Amino acid sequence: MPFSLFVQNVLNGAGLGLLYALVAIGYTIVYGILRLINFAHGDIFMMAMFFVYYGAFLTPIPWGICAVLAIGLTILLGVTIERVGYRPLRGAPRVSGLCAAIGMSFFLENFAIVVFGGRPKPFLYPDVLDKVVIIAGIHIRAITFITPVVCVVALLGLNYLIHRTKMGLAMRAASRDFDTARVMGVDINKTVSFTFGIGSGLAAIGAILWAARYPQIHPFIGVFPGWKAFTAAVIGGIGSINGAIAGGFLIGFFTIMLVAFFPSLSGYKDVFVFVILIVTLLLKPTGLFGELE
Amino acid sequence: MKLDNRKKQRLNIIAVVGFILLVSWAQITWNPFFTRLANVCAIYVIAAVSINLINGYSGQFSLGHAGFMAIGAYASALLYMSPELKEVNYFITPIIWPLSVIQIPFFPAWIIGGLVAALAGFIIGIPCLRVRGDYLAIVTYGFSEIIRFLICNFQSITNGPLGFKGVPQYTNLWWSWGFALFTVIFIKRLIDSSYGRALRAISGDEVSAEAMGINLFKHKMLAFVLGAFFAGIAGALLPSLLMAIDPYYFQIILTYQFIAIIIMGGLGNITGSVIVGSAFAISLELLRVLETPHVLFTLSIPGIPGMRMLVISILILAVILFRHRGLFGQEISWEWLFSLFSRFSQKLRFRHK
Repeated sequence: MPFSLFVQNVLNGAGLGLLYALVAIGYTIVYGILRLINFAHGDIFMMAMFFVYYGAFLTPIPWGICAVLAIGLTILLGVTIERVGYRPLRGAPRVSGLCAAIGMSFFLENFAIVVFGGRPKPFLYPDVLDKVVIIAGIHIRAITFITPVVCVVALLGLNYLIHRTKMGLAMRAASRDFDTARVMGVDINKTVSFTFGIGSGLAAIGAILWAARYPQIHPFIGVFPGWKAFTAAVIGGIGSINGAIAGGFLIGFFTIMLVAFFPSLSGYKDVFVFVILIVTLLLKPTGLFGELE
Repeated sequence: MKLDNRKKQRLNIIAVVGFILLVSWAQITWNPFFTRLANVCAIYVIAAVSINLINGYSGQFSLGHAGFMAIGAYASALLYMSPELKEVNYFITPIIWPLSVIQIPFFPAWIIGGLVAALAGFIIGIPCLRVRGDYLAIVTYGFSEIIRFLICNFQSITNGPLGFKGVPQYTNLWWSWGFALFTVIFIKRLIDSSYGRALRAISGDEVSAEAMGINLFKHKMLAFVLGAFFAGIAGALLPSLLMAIDPYYFQIILTYQFIAIIIMGGLGNITGSVIVGSAFAISLELLRVLETPHVLFTLSIPGIPGMRMLVISILILAVILFRHRGLFGQEISWEWLFSLFSRFSQKLRFRHK
């Protein structure tokens, strides 16, 4: 493999890995606090793409502002889903919570089919993202370059929120021990809403970059990336943000490299992700960064 | 009203005999559309009752039913299809050797389909059921998508995305409802046995159950493998009913439908799963009205594709949020029926006075 192609693949893998990381964080912080697999997270990811699509398609608002508005709308959607669908069931058996999450996912997918239509749509994005940059003889699409940068900025922002703000402290406390945090005066409802907001916001950023990389969107587009992101969270250690980042990066990087070095195996890349998940559960169920219960 | 066991047993036998008579009457007199619908009902009932064993009773959460059904469907169809039919179907990539000549009768092929699904469940269960937490949900969710992937990729075994066409139609009401009856009785007996009590203890509190000497892994695995077996059986009925099968039929949305049924019927409620399962299959047909355009008083209403699933998903959310014990609230038993009946007759008597 020539060096320039190798560099392209590395950048591609890093970008995809960081996208998975952004989505995986949404799963892991919600699971850390509520012990709930938010199956609707992949569909929130999908909705963000459609928000941008319709914003850019139907209104004269510039694409960049559309993207920001879409992130805001997605955060609102995530918070609403928690408020309407999950909060009333907080004391109920865990299986009820999982059923509610499945119901939400089912609802969002069917809502998207009815309202947006089931046929794949081309995702519009500004030409800037498509421009080819040549650095030291290596051709790189601008989006390949922008994706890791945006992701890293988002992760730094998240790090600030979690470790430097009062809300972040409340989240960490609730994640460590839900009941004790409540007794100590943490406003649990506000904290959980905030958690869903952060998760959905990161998923929206990931979704927009994803759609710019693979510009075709349909109502089921969130299902498989969502599952892989959750797998990444499990591999990294569910509940741990650093674990989700590491797991997401690993999975994205691994799949790109697998296809780059063994093109004949490209049909099986998702099977390999599944195998990694199984091996993780067999050898180290707590994941790379997980704590023992 | 309290019924003694002998009376209940007699009532059960009467109900089973009545049911068999009903099925034979239906098989002989109903037109193909209705028998087909009744067969689909039975498949939904088998799948719903079996997923209820895993998700409702043992407190695990499996999303692998579509995958297990796919395994059952493909494994059995590969065995009972004739070599000539296989040759016609595999026109792009020829089928590999031993499968190309094998043909066995429907019934053993059907059961083998279930057993292969159970084996897959066993293999999946080993890594997930040893550890605590919701890993089963996420692994089975991935598994059912991966199975579709594998079916699409292994063209020389499964014919890839093309699927099978012209599968001989063996499924009839005898097979489908007969097995549905067997499933219900088997799972009911299992729930009432010591295994069932252990499962309920596990779903209540794993730590205490383990402290009481219950082998968590063994019991969870038993429920999961049985659930997978019945899913495989339900799946194996599909190709020979629809006369065609392809991997796209077994998307995760199929599992969501069964989850919807057990939510509406009540988690851990077998009669609820049976009634809602049948009603669900029927309403899927009835709600087609929403998706076909038609004219109402000169007002033309366009059909909206996907509308029926949207209605169903709103229904699931409403049930899980407002009646999370299911539509019936409790198991429908003879006592419940009699008390309902006596209450009703009392009301009538009051009115007469």
